[in-house]
Amino acid sequence: MKPLTEIGQLAEHYDLAVVGAGPAGLSAAARASELGLAVLLVDENPEPGGQIYRSITTTPVTDRAVLGVDYWRGADLVARLKRSAAAYAARCTVWSIAPDVESDGASFEIGLSLDGRARLITAGQVILATGAQERPFPIPGWTLPGVMTAGAAQIALKSSAIVPKGRTVIAGCGPLLYLLAGQLAAAGAEIVAVLDTTPRRNWPAALGALPDFLRSPYLAKGLKLMAKARRSLRFLGGVTSLAVEGSGRLSTIRFERGGASESIACDTLLLHQGVIPSVNLSNAAGCAHEFDTVQHCWVPQLDDWFASSVPGIAIAGDGAGIGGAESAALRGEIAALDSARRLGRITIAERDNHAAPIRTALGRTLRGRRFLDLLYKPATQFLAPIVDDTIICRCEEVTAGQVRDAAKRLGVTGPNQMKAFLRCGMGPCQGRLCGPTVVELIAETRGTTPAEVGYYRLRPPVKPVTLAELASLPQSEAAVKAVVR
Amino acid sequence: MSSKSNHTEPDVVVIGGGVVGGAIALGLARSGARVTILDEGDAVPRASRGNFALVWVQSKGFGMPEYAMWSRRSADDWHGLADILGEETGIDVAHSQPGGFMLCLSQDELGKRVDAMHRLHNQTTLTDFPYEVLGHAETKRRLPDIGKDVVGAIYSPLDGHVNSLKLFRALREATTRRGVDYRPNCPVESITPRDGGFRINGSWGEIATAKVVLAAGLGNARLAPMVGLDAPVKPSKGQIIVTEKTAPFLHNPMVTVRQTDEGGVMIGDSQEDRGFDTVVGQPILSVMAERAVRMFPRLAGLNVVRTWSALRVMSPDGFPIYDLSRSCPGAFVVTCHSGVTLAANHVLTLAPAILSGVLPDAVASFSARRFHV
Amino acid sequence: MFRPMSDAKSAATLSFSFDGRPLIGRDGDTVAASLLANGVDVCRETPVSGAPRAPYCLMGVCFECLVVIDGVGNRQGCMVPLRDGMTIETQHGRRQPEEMQG
Repeated sequence: MKPLTEIGQLAEHYDLAVVGAGPAGLSAAARASELGLAVLLVDENPEPGGQIYRSITTTPVTDRAVLGVDYWRGADLVARLKRSAAAYAARCTVWSIAPDVESDGASFEIGLSLDGRARLITAGQVILATGAQERPFPIPGWTLPGVMTAGAAQIALKSSAIVPKGRTVIAGCGPLLYLLAGQLAAAGAEIVAVLDTTPRRNWPAALGALPDFLRSPYLAKGLKLMAKARRSLRFLGGVTSLAVEGSGRLSTIRFERGGASESIACDTLLLHQGVIPSVNLSNAAGCAHEFDTVQHCWVPQLDDWFASSVPGIAIAGDGAGIGGAESAALRGEIAALDSARRLGRITIAERDNHAAPIRTALGRTLRGRRFLDLLYKPATQFLAPIVDDTIICRCEEVTAGQVRDAAKRLGVTGPNQMKAFLRCGMGPCQGRLCGPTVVELIAETRGTTPAEVGYYRLRPPVKPVTLAELASLPQSEAAVKAVVR
Repeated sequence: MSSKSNHTEPDVVVIGGGVVGGAIALGLARSGARVTILDEGDAVPRASRGNFALVWVQSKGFGMPEYAMWSRRSADDWHGLADILGEETGIDVAHSQPGGFMLCLSQDELGKRVDAMHRLHNQTTLTDFPYEVLGHAETKRRLPDIGKDVVGAIYSPLDGHVNSLKLFRALREATTRRGVDYRPNCPVESITPRDGGFRINGSWGEIATAKVVLAAGLGNARLAPMVGLDAPVKPSKGQIIVTEKTAPFLHNPMVTVRQTDEGGVMIGDSQEDRGFDTVVGQPILSVMAERAVRMFPRLAGLNVVRTWSALRVMSPDGFPIYDLSRSCPGAFVVTCHSGVTLAANHVLTLAPAILSGVLPDAVASFSARRFHV
Repeated sequence: MFRPMSDAKSAATLSFSFDGRPLIGRDGDTVAASLLANGVDVCRETPVSGAPRAPYCLMGVCFECLVVIDGVGNRQGCMVPLRDGMTIETQHGRRQPEEMQG
C-alpha cells in the first residue's frame, strides 16, 4: 500500500478509483491491485475500515469481547490492502465524479479535496463503495441535544472508547439494534431500556422468507446476540410512537405501547431503524436508482457485476443494497474483477472463473437477508411522522406538516419541486437526512408510492469544498468564453 | 381527471406551471377568470427552479428598445407585485431594488461594457435609464468588500433582486387561493382548435377551453404550431454555484454574484448552447468561482453547497415572444428567459390583456412575426 | 455527555479550548468526540431558528456537529482530528463574514 497524505502526491490518472475504505472498498482495491491495476483508494476518514470496521487499526478499546469477533475480522481486510500496491488517500473527500470531456468519456474526472486543497484527477473505472447511512428516524424532538443515532454511539465507542454517560435509552428496530445495545452494555453504558418498534404485523410477510433465514449464518449469530441482549437488558416491545421531551435538551422519552402512554427519564436517546444505501455520490454521478420495496429504500440499478447504468461506474458494498459487511467485501471483489475485465486486463473467462467461488460465498452471506428486511421494515408512522410539527429536514427546519400541505394543497408531486418550495434538502447535509422522509410523506399524501414519487436529483459537490478550492481548478478557453461575454 | 362536462370548463387553460405560467394564471384569476394550469411532473427541466433571481434592467434591450422599456416597466411594477403577493399569501418574496452592479475585472471588460451601454442608450426613446460608470475607488466606496482586481463597475439604480423560489411558491399559493385548478403530471400531447375553442389532450385525459395560453417554456416550441403560433425557442445552458449561508454582507445584486435573503451566495452565470444537456461542467465552475473570489475575496473560504445547470428559454434574438394566434383566436404564447424580472408585467399587464383578447401596444414588437421578415 | 471506558488504551493528551474554556482531549479523537467526552452538550445554533444542536451521526452525514475551528466556521467536528492548541467555538447560526478570509 502506498499511503498518500497530500493532494499533490496523487497521480494524474489511475486505472481504477475506489471511493470508500470500508469492507467493499478495501477488498475491491486490494483485488484490483493484485490483478495489476493502478488503483487509488480514497476515504474521508483518518483510518481505513468504514463504519463497521471503524478504527480497526487504532481503536483504544482493549477488551476484544466488547466489540465482538466480527469486528476484529476487519483487520484482515486492512492487512490485505497493506500488502497490495494500491495507493490509499485517507481524509480525502470525493465531491464530484463526471465523464472526462478531454478523453471523450473514456475515463472519469474525479474532484477530490484533502486538507482544504482540491484536485481533479482521472480514472478509467470507478467503484463506489460509499456504504450506508442510518435511515432517518424523524420523531418529535429528535433534533434536541441528547438524541443521536445508535450508530453514532457505536462510532464513539470504536474510535474513542467513550460511552454515553448517565441513563441511556435505545429505540427503534433492525438486526443491528441488538448488536449496538449489546456492545454498549458490554462497554459499561447504563442502558435503562430498549424500546423495540418492530411492527408485529411484519411477521406474516416475513414468515415466507423464514426457511432461508433458518439456513443462514444470520440465525445463530442473531439468536446469540438477541439472547444476550435480552438477558441483560430491559426490552419493551410493541412500541408504536415515540416523542422526545425536554427544553433545550432531551430529558424524557415518551412512548406508546399497547395503547398506553409511558415515559422514561434519560440523558441520552439513541435512535436506529436500520440502514439504507448512501446514494448521494452515485445519484450525483448520474447513476440510475430504483426503489427497493423489500428493503424500502432507493438503491442503484446494477447488473450482476454491480455495474451501474453509467458505463465504468460500479457500486459495491452496502451502497449497492444492504447486505452487511461480509457480503460487502465479496461484492467489492466481484466489482474489481469486472473493472479489470473492462480495462482488458483479464478475459471474460478469467473473470468468471475468479468470481465463481466468490459468488457462492456471497449467496451464502445474503441468504436470510430477505427475512430480516421484511421483519424489520420500519412502521409507517416512523417513516412518515404523524405529528405535523415534527421536523423532517433538520438543516432547514422543515416540518412534516409543511410537506403534507404542499403535497396536498399546492399539488407538489415530487421531492425536487418540494425542495424549491420549502428548501428541504437545500441545507449542508444535502438531503441525506430528509430525502427518504420527504418522499414518504408525498407518497402518503398523494396516495401513491415512493417509486412513483422519485428522489432528489443531487448535485455536486456532494462533500464540502470551498469556493477557493473550486477557483483553483483548471479552466479552459471555452469555459472563460462561456462566462466572460 | 378529464373534464368532459361543460360546467367545469375553465375560461382559460394555461399550459405550464412555472413562474411565467403562474404569473399569467394569477393575473387572469385576479381579473375574474376561471383558470386551469396544466403542468408536467417533478423531474422536467424548469427554469423556474434554476434561475438567478435578478429583477434586472441595465444592459437589456440593445436592438430592441421596447425590451428595455418593458423590463423597466416590470421593475417599476415589481414593488406592487411584491405587495400583492404578500397580501394574498403572507409570503415575503424578499424583493428589493437597491441598485445593481456589473463588476469588471479588467479594463478591457469595462471598456466593452461601457461601449455596450453607449450603444444601448444611443437608441432613441431610452432617455430615462440612469446608469453610472464607476472606477475602482468609487466602486470600493459603495461596495467595501470588493477585491483589488475590480477595475470598475457599471451601476444602475433600477436593478434589484428577489427570492425567486419564494416567488415561485407565492404564485402557486396565490393562484391556489384564488381557485385556480392546478393539475400536475399532465403533459400536453395535442391542442386541437374546435368550435371556436380548444381541446387539449394528454395521456391524463382531455380538457376543453375557450382560451389557451402557452407558457410551457422550451415546450412552447412544440406546442405553438398546434394553434397557428410560432415560438422558435432553444435551450441556453447556464450554471450556478451556491454557497452555505453566511451573515448578510452583500446588499446589492451583481450580474454574477448575489446574496439571498437566507444568506447563501449565488454565483453565475455562464451561457452555452449545448441542447438539453444539463451536466455541470467543471471548468466553467472554476472560472465562475475564481472571478467571484477576485470580486469578493472574503467569499474564498465559504463552502459550496450546490452547483447546478439550468436551461434558459432563448428565442433567436434573445427577446421575449408574446403573440396571439390569427388563425386560432383565443390562443396566446408567452415565452421569455426573464420570467422573474417580467413577472410584474405578466401578472399586472399581460394577463388582463389576454383575457380581453387584445395584446397591449407595449408588446406589439414581441410577436414572433419578427423572425419571418 | 459521554465518558471514557474504564480500560481504554491510553493516548497522548491534547489541550484545546471550547468557547474560551480550556479542555483536555485525546490524540486520535475527532473534534466532535472530544467535545462529547468533555460533556459539551450543544455545539451550534441553527441558522434558521437558532435552535441548539449537538453531534448526531458522527460519520459526516448530518452536518449537526458544525463548529468554528481556529476561526473557520461551519466545519464538521466529526471529520476533523483534534490537534493540540485548537480553538473551537460554538457555531452561532450563519457563518460570520470575518471567518471567510481565504
